[in-house]
Amino acid sequence: MSDIDMPDFASTSLVSALADMAPMRRADGVWRSAWRRFRRDGVGMVSLAIVAAYALLIACTGSGLVARHWQDEVGVPDARPSFVGPAAAPPPGVALPAAAAASAEVDISDVDPLAPRYAEWDARAAQYHAQVRPIAATLPFGGDRLGRDVLSKALKGTQISVSVGVLAAIVATLIGAALGALAGFFGGHVGDLVEWAYNVLTAVPEILLFFAFAAVFGRGISTLVLIMGLTGWTGQYRQVRAEFIKHARREYVLAAEAIGAGAGARMFRHILPNVSHVILARMSLLVVNFIKAEVILSYLGLGVATNQVSWGTMLAESQSELILGHWWQLAAATIAMALFVTAFSLMADAWRDALDPRLRGLR
Amino acid sequence: MFAYLLRRLWQMIPTLLGVVLLVFFLFRKFGMDPAQTLASLDATPREIAEIRQQLGLDEPWWWQLGLFIKGIVTFDWGRSWATHETIAHLMATRLPATLTVTLPILILDTLIAIPIALGLAYVRGSLTDRAIMVGTTVALSVSFLVYVIVGQYVFGFQLGWFPVQGWSDSTWTNLVVYAPLPVLLAVLVGLSPQTRLYRSYFLDELGHDYVRTARAKGLTEPAVLFRHVLRNALIPILTNVGLALPGILIGSFLIEVYFSIPGIGREVLLAVNRSDYPVIQAVTIYVAMLTMLANLAVDLSYRAVDPRVMLR
Repeated sequence: MSDIDMPDFASTSLVSALADMAPMRRADGVWRSAWRRFRRDGVGMVSLAIVAAYALLIACTGSGLVARHWQDEVGVPDARPSFVGPAAAPPPGVALPAAAAASAEVDISDVDPLAPRYAEWDARAAQYHAQVRPIAATLPFGGDRLGRDVLSKALKGTQISVSVGVLAAIVATLIGAALGALAGFFGGHVGDLVEWAYNVLTAVPEILLFFAFAAVFGRGISTLVLIMGLTGWTGQYRQVRAEFIKHARREYVLAAEAIGAGAGARMFRHILPNVSHVILARMSLLVVNFIKAEVILSYLGLGVATNQVSWGTMLAESQSELILGHWWQLAAATIAMALFVTAFSLMADAWRDALDPRLRGLR
Repeated sequence: MFAYLLRRLWQMIPTLLGVVLLVFFLFRKFGMDPAQTLASLDATPREIAEIRQQLGLDEPWWWQLGLFIKGIVTFDWGRSWATHETIAHLMATRLPATLTVTLPILILDTLIAIPIALGLAYVRGSLTDRAIMVGTTVALSVSFLVYVIVGQYVFGFQLGWFPVQGWSDSTWTNLVVYAPLPVLLAVLVGLSPQTRLYRSYFLDELGHDYVRTARAKGLTEPAVLFRHVLRNALIPILTNVGLALPGILIGSFLIEVYFSIPGIGREVLLAVNRSDYPVIQAVTIYVAMLTMLANLAVDLSYRAVDPRVMLR
């Protein structure tokens, strides 16, 4: 009542009071205060550092600085790791090619009809540079069946597997968030239509959809990203839709509508920033799920192409190697994957706690 | 109640139609030519054309779609194009193998995860809780494939506790000889996510006022946990199990392929690789139907468990 009696006085005093506080400290935004809470989380910071190290590594392999020659056969087949030492010498009956060449050093030039021309041939051969690539008996973390360096493969495979997981999660998030926003904000016929698509996709098991799409679109990284993105958006959609239904009726959105904000502005300028932490949390789950799915699909022959390397193809190869006692490829791929996925999950958990402190310790 | 049931069943029709269209056009439009896949490598174009005609692939698309829908309505899917086995026979012979593996997995996972999760929720925040939670995070970060590869190597090959792989005609032999290793490994893999999930359900319940009331009126801790918290948390747990039910029909593809178990999952993978449309269509529709029915059953069970729930 009082502000109707003397509206002018009330508003001017408020304005002047605000003006007096001129160098006002802006309240921390959602992200800044979340970062402040995140920094206090020890586990979160350590996992952030590990994920950052992986990101750096992926940038290095992606630009060709590291592990560009992962396909080179640099070691003997199934070379053992250096810290284990080379394989036991072969039994005397089996002579190595080098040993055979050494034993053939007998001078037969007086009976050899080609002897006069050797010098000429040598001179001609000297014009060309022949590179003999040294074949190592051991490699830092062992070699695979073809003598390729397992460490390089693991580095390159990390790049492929993580990019597939992240890109597919981005595709799925874009689809799921866009559809969820539409269905949640407008409802009605638009909502019904999207809900129908959701019901159809969730009625078919995800892995069956993966198979169907993979059989249809073939193999390769882009295909893998596409099929996982096209089939994996449903969870994201469900959550974003629920959030949009909740927020669309909140006062701040109604206020935005009252000052003339259009539907698009309300959805993306007003509501989206308020639900972005939900979207990001779900997206981090998707990254982990897709990285795991890539492994299974590659094992079943529906994943990355045969001339590429990923954690999935490494594990698929290691099945037959393990029977022979060659454990290093399995170990390399498993450690690379477990370290990344653990760090990533813990980091995502810490972020979720920092963004929404009410949820701390729930999951 | 009856009207609700009828409406829910009626609502399944558009969804099922969507699944039909998805499967139909996905494979017809983009898939490989089944005639090409079925014909021998040196088949002449004429032979391929004959196979196409035989399979009805020359007919217009609406005729083929009609045949598909007729199959759904009459439950007569015809025969597999690749093996000429009737679909009904194929399902009847492959399903037992799948269930022999998937049912024990589902039951054991649930029965083991519930007490662990309840215990963890009870001592939440303690060192035990935090250590096990970190342990589950690490366990979850290792691929299912690694568990299977290492598990088979260690338990089957090195220790010789189980046969490395195999299958027989006797259900009992399968259950006690060949299924235990795949089941053990799958339960190990499933335990971490389920424990985490159920722990969050229990934590949710422990925060409610009724728990404080129960303690205030002097109930013992076991009574609070088992009579109150467990019962209330069973609702989301049963939902979770109910939604996992359709999955047991096709089972774990990876387990079946890896351990050469002649189940539905392996059959579907073969069918996809051979463009064997009748098998793909039949399995997809069956699973879709089962998924929808499971959803309905879960909703109905809410009503049975919690009288406050109104079905509209």
